[in-house]
Amino acid sequence: MSDALIVNSYNVAGMLMFRDYMVKMNSVIILGYGGYVPRYRVRAEEIARVWGEEQTGLPVEEKAVASLDEDTITMAVEAARIALKRAGIPPSRIGAVHVGTESKPYAVKPCGTIVAEAIGATPKVTAADFEFACKAGTEALQFISSLVEAGRIDYGLAIGSDTAQGRPRDALEYTAASGAAAFIIGRDKDKGVAEIEAWTSYVTDTPDFWRREYERYPRHTARFTGDPAYFHHIVNSVKALLDDEGYNFNDIDYVIFHQPNVRFPFVAAKLLGVDIEKVKPGMVAGTIGNTYAACSLLGLVKVLDQAKPGQRILLASFGSGAGSDSYIIRVLDGVELKRELAPTLEKFIERKTYIDYITYAKNRRKIIM
Amino acid sequence: MSKVYVAGVGLTKVDEHWRESLEYLMAEASLKALDDAGISRVDSIYVGSMLSQVLQEQSHLGALLAEELGLSGIPAMGVEAASASGAAAVYAGAREIEASRANAVLVVGVDKMSDGMSEEVTSAMMIGERQEYTGFIGATFYSINALLYSLYMNRYSVGQEKIALFPVLCHEHAVNAPHAQYPFKIKLDTVLSSPYVAEPLRRFETTAIADGAAALVLVNEETARKLDSLKTELVIESATDYLTPLQREDPLWFPSVSLSTSKALSRSGIEKKDIKTIEIFDATSIMAVLSLESLGFAERGEGWRLLERGELTLSGSIPCNTFGGLKARGHPAGATGIYQIAELHLQLTHRAGKNQLDSIKAGLAQSLGGIASTAFTSILKEV
Amino acid sequence: MFRIKVPRYWRHKDFRYRLNAWKCNHCGEVHFFKPLVCRRCRLREFNKVMLPETGKLIAYTIVRSPPCGFEEQTPYIIGFIELEDGTRILSQITDCYPEELKLGMKVEVTFRRVREDDPDKIIAYGYKFRPAI
Ligand SMILES: [Zn+2]
Repeated sequence: MSDALIVNSYNVAGMLMFRDYMVKMNSVIILGYGGYVPRYRVRAEEIARVWGEEQTGLPVEEKAVASLDEDTITMAVEAARIALKRAGIPPSRIGAVHVGTESKPYAVKPCGTIVAEAIGATPKVTAADFEFACKAGTEALQFISSLVEAGRIDYGLAIGSDTAQGRPRDALEYTAASGAAAFIIGRDKDKGVAEIEAWTSYVTDTPDFWRREYERYPRHTARFTGDPAYFHHIVNSVKALLDDEGYNFNDIDYVIFHQPNVRFPFVAAKLLGVDIEKVKPGMVAGTIGNTYAACSLLGLVKVLDQAKPGQRILLASFGSGAGSDSYIIRVLDGVELKRELAPTLEKFIERKTYIDYITYAKNRRKIIM
Repeated sequence: MSKVYVAGVGLTKVDEHWRESLEYLMAEASLKALDDAGISRVDSIYVGSMLSQVLQEQSHLGALLAEELGLSGIPAMGVEAASASGAAAVYAGAREIEASRANAVLVVGVDKMSDGMSEEVTSAMMIGERQEYTGFIGATFYSINALLYSLYMNRYSVGQEKIALFPVLCHEHAVNAPHAQYPFKIKLDTVLSSPYVAEPLRRFETTAIADGAAALVLVNEETARKLDSLKTELVIESATDYLTPLQREDPLWFPSVSLSTSKALSRSGIEKKDIKTIEIFDATSIMAVLSLESLGFAERGEGWRLLERGELTLSGSIPCNTFGGLKARGHPAGATGIYQIAELHLQLTHRAGKNQLDSIKAGLAQSLGGIASTAFTSILKEV
Repeated sequence: MFRIKVPRYWRHKDFRYRLNAWKCNHCGEVHFFKPLVCRRCRLREFNKVMLPETGKLIAYTIVRSPPCGFEEQTPYIIGFIELEDGTRILSQITDCYPEELKLGMKVEVTFRRVREDDPDKIIAYGYKFRPAI
């Protein structure tokens, strides 16, 4: 069998599989959203200076660094509290709290329980953590959406939060950043910020990036993370979603891709034939870095901070390992009112203080004490 | 009610006693006090310690001390009221005599802070605060003092250089105190240029790690006559307040201090103007100033003026901390309350050496647990 | 010796995580921990209340000599805060450099790691305040 044939049959099988499990969704509404970025920034130039690297062509300008007293859980709580302010629902009515992250403060003991307790959602709630590298947040959103859609819960909270760590001197050190995004999902369209019209996933076993147990930093396969991993999964996930749901890019006003750097999303746009002007509004990595499980969701937060009712958003995450979740989201009338109820993401992005490499190393506990 | 007399005092030097243990120090002070009183047996023993349970992981100091003194058999127990634990032991012993249940009681205060690392001692000094609240968030004893300090300077528009005179005074007085931890003079500049412990509070406005034990033999009138030591009569009163001063209606006023003082004055039958020397609880410079005000020696917001006018010096109108106070004699927590009363006794019995005051008839010692969450006021008067 | 005792940390999480407190029905005194008797008026009826999320800074200091479990965070700021309803509370002030502190500045509650440098590796979370965003 020739290589071409293998690829073909693989694609055909893939498409069939999607048709089987694609869901026509009932009303799944984003009632509140919140993005959080910590105060501190380290410039990519500063990292390059320390390692004696060229200071041009760096993957991002700067990245957000959590404070010593912050972690995935505290940032998840920050984002969730903002989302709650916008949703205007009593936290006790939240039936599920799902946190997607690759940087759990405890290897064993869920983030979800602490977040649920801190926002006052306990005890009548289900809580769980999801891990799927950078797509764990959109994965949490899938499950919350499904629970709401199935009528199992009235409201759910989906969070992507990470204090991502890159090995010192590794390429990822320039981008691995901290941030969180949270979404309250329900069914009341009248009070909604946006409606999730469709979603899908595209997953294969592609080991482009991993971290074994007890290891401090992840390992990756450098250029292999591009074509067979990021681009293959995002392109196929988006194509599948559009084909199955009968959308085309003319229906879409904003396109958000996972942002491991500031270049990949535009390459993906080119591969898919998307106008890059639709990609620009959702770009956050340049100023805060790659916040992993929060990354594409923070792009969504940024777009919701500016979108008009009736506009449509396409979001495609990417998680190493590998897979992509893509969503079609339509902005509702409620967005304009709700946006005003809490600080926009821009407020947190602008609230920044630069730190030097050694302070960054201290904050992220890279100094062995 | 029987009256209480001080028949003997025993003090160890306040120091870092690397070679001596907690039990050795309290036995040493106790033997000195018994020898000073000229007796070998007492009816009971009360021991005050703030930190032994955490720093030495040793409680049961009553029976332990009785054993060290070869007095096993008599009733002996610990008494605790944070940094006023020594004064609390005095209170318990005095009450036993007043109730005519004992002729002679040994009261001892002890703490040995040098057994702890610096962070452990900082943690230990918070056990008298509300741990679930202020301890949990990492507040320290000095940081709470610092907040009071800043509130004080703002409310009364007073500069730090006025309040920081207190440690200078204490060091001046410690020079001639054989048992003092720091018997040397310092300048105001030294205080104001010492590093911050918690802004605005500076290192030289606080006390250091200290080991020490102090003991008193308290007796009733009959025993005092027998021992030929009917010299000073002791009245001690106490009052309490919330553990966190910042939750009180006015954090800059110590009602427990004024209450215990008015009770002590009224029971001892003397007036404030008859008090000619005071031992106040200067765990920090700001606590000294707040104490002067709550004791009634200055109006609110004016305590520092006594320093400025020199009234607290040995030749002033109300000599204060004549052996150096907590700052320079040293502050071995649970022992401090007993050092304070012992020092009054030394003054009233003309045994104060070079720092002897002329013709004083009565003195007052103020001991605090935490920031005046417990206050003891002891009045010692010449018989 | 000085470590986080899990049951102690856990039982007060309503206050530590969400500033839930008890307010005396008669005199209005706020108690941070579940009381039996009001310390001010001695009556025994309370309402559970959620303390306001914002307030102003009325005094502050910087801890330079830490207790056990806070070594890594040192120096850190302790602030005395008056909340919108007049309740006064002591808290760490985070996301703030000492030179940015100003008496009267508006602060808001946040949720942070309070203490973690513990032999048992338990992380104690709780409230801290930060300059209002
Ligand atoms: Zn009341």
